[in-house]
Amino acid sequence: MNGTHMNVWQSVLRALRGLGVLAAAALLTACGDGQSSSITLLNVSYDPTREFYRDVNAAFAREWLEQTGERVSIRQSHAGSGSQARAVIDGLDADVVTLALAYDIDSIQRNGKRLAANWQTRFPDNSSPYTSTIVFLVRAGNPKQIRDWPDLIKPGVSVVTPNPKTSGGARWNYLAAWGYALHKELGGDLSRLDDPAAAEQVRAAEAAAEAFVKELFSRVPVLDAGARGATNTFVQRQIGDVLIAWENEALLALRELKPGTVEIVVPSTSILAEPPVAVVDTVVDRRGTRQVAEAYLKFLYSTEGQELAAKHYFRPRNQEVLEKYREQFPPIELFTIAEVFQDWNTAHAKHFADGGVFDRIYGVKAQ
Amino acid sequence: MAGGPNKALLAEIASRPGRDTIASNLIKWGFIAVSLAFLAALLFAPLITVFATALSKGWQMYIASFEDSDTLAAIRLTLTTAAIVVPLNTVFGICAAWAIAKFEFKGKSVLLTLIDLPIAVSPVISGLVYVLLFGVHGWFGLWLQEHDISIIYALPGIVLATMFVTFPYVARELIPLMQQLGNDEEEAAITLGAGGLMTFFRVTLPKVRWGLVYGVILCNARAMGEFGAVSVISGHIRGQTTTMPLHVEMLYNEYNFVGAFAVASLLTMLAVVTLVIKTLVEWRTGIRKH
Repeated sequence: MNGTHMNVWQSVLRALRGLGVLAAAALLTACGDGQSSSITLLNVSYDPTREFYRDVNAAFAREWLEQTGERVSIRQSHAGSGSQARAVIDGLDADVVTLALAYDIDSIQRNGKRLAANWQTRFPDNSSPYTSTIVFLVRAGNPKQIRDWPDLIKPGVSVVTPNPKTSGGARWNYLAAWGYALHKELGGDLSRLDDPAAAEQVRAAEAAAEAFVKELFSRVPVLDAGARGATNTFVQRQIGDVLIAWENEALLALRELKPGTVEIVVPSTSILAEPPVAVVDTVVDRRGTRQVAEAYLKFLYSTEGQELAAKHYFRPRNQEVLEKYREQFPPIELFTIAEVFQDWNTAHAKHFADGGVFDRIYGVKAQ
Repeated sequence: MAGGPNKALLAEIASRPGRDTIASNLIKWGFIAVSLAFLAALLFAPLITVFATALSKGWQMYIASFEDSDTLAAIRLTLTTAAIVVPLNTVFGICAAWAIAKFEFKGKSVLLTLIDLPIAVSPVISGLVYVLLFGVHGWFGLWLQEHDISIIYALPGIVLATMFVTFPYVARELIPLMQQLGNDEEEAAITLGAGGLMTFFRVTLPKVRWGLVYGVILCNARAMGEFGAVSVISGHIRGQTTTMPLHVEMLYNEYNFVGAFAVASLLTMLAVVTLVIKTLVEWRTGIRKH
């Protein structure tokens, strides 16, 4: 009887020993990984660019091999834009960052000086090789007749948008709504914002904008943490009548998820969303990858890079490519962050910082 | 060999025929029905969904999901992590249980509480403490950077975070068992001339082995399934620092539902395999006892 006991017991011991050997082998292979001969780049990006950069990376690697004979492999990391910035600040060794908003790259710059303060002037077009805007996704046939921003606060309409506290994409949604209201109140002339003579009128317009955005957020049944989560809430879980979304996310959802169940509505005015890119100086200098990292970001501005952007539903900067994909990107009146909010830091401090406008309007609702 | 007179007495009492009334029967079946309903709603239905979605586009798509190099890398990383974490935590668990069950010392209750800490704190915190320790702005950050050692956003960080979350499991299984079994047999062995190590391997370890196996299985299951702590510390680099649970989320967010649920089904099957091993182990012991 005791013999069987010992046998089972010994086989357990043997299994444990086997596990130990496995662990050692795995450690060895893990160490070996770093010594491959080709160059590697790490691109730390945000959620909706997964499919886009998969294609860009393959195309760039091909071009770099042809031009220099060197093999380059690009690793991708995707998560919410804000948390990605946080990871780079804490030491994630990104050669390049391609995030949702300049504010996030600015925070990397401020906390730890991993790149130069003038990063946004290093590449053309505010270092944003592609743009997007904020549009609406509605149920097939548009049953609630949603055509423009004011329709979002019609009685009985429920709106899905993620939480601007946690999601970079949601901040664009919020600012687009705010900018629309301001634009309307000021009679379409945003230059009055800087005109001291119109101060009284601007104050009234800001109050109207706050009331509009407050009303809008009172109709949000679920405040998802991220943009993809909100899209899944709207399309998969069938919650809400309208989703406020990035144009690229809306187009992607239209193609990928249950075709024919949703359609896109383009509002009269919206915001020009500029997702910026930058080389992280301290990392590329330490790793000796500056040349290839810069070439990689420049590739985004090439005709091939712009074509790929358009294919993945980002509006290309290159006018010829944009015209080619006109059907997908209808003309729309766009205002920029600079025109309405000066810059991201100002917008963030006023609207999204703790105790800012968003806390005020959303906190009131909670009471 | 285990089980003093108390156990025999208890078994005898348990085997006495009870009074079978209609009421007690009703209560018995009521309890069984309620637990089965809970199991069906909370366990079987989600499990079936996982496999149904994974297979929704046929076997070929299901198999093809595992040919993706990022998915293979995620599987490899999860197995590697478990292979490092489980043996280390087993050794730690045995040491801690031994110290607590066999010796009296000051601060014993503090040690016991500390062992429970990882179960009490949120896994996100367990990941975050390592970011705060080893991140560039952390206590050891600059030194690590100067020596070109990466801990967070790399395998060592993932292993550390997983170890932190899973280290109570073996110790927690062993401590009550060792305390209950007492020291008599060890004392006898030592009186008969056995050394410390021999006593440990020939007397103590065989006594607690099934508790140990159970602890190891729990520890392994948690190590392979850990999401929160690893998510904070992984850096989400595709094909490099994404474990299987993170990879599932990633695929789901890419609208690749078949791929996501295929990996999820593999995780489920790994769990089922561990449960089967556990049942087999129990079954074999059961047979030998008769």
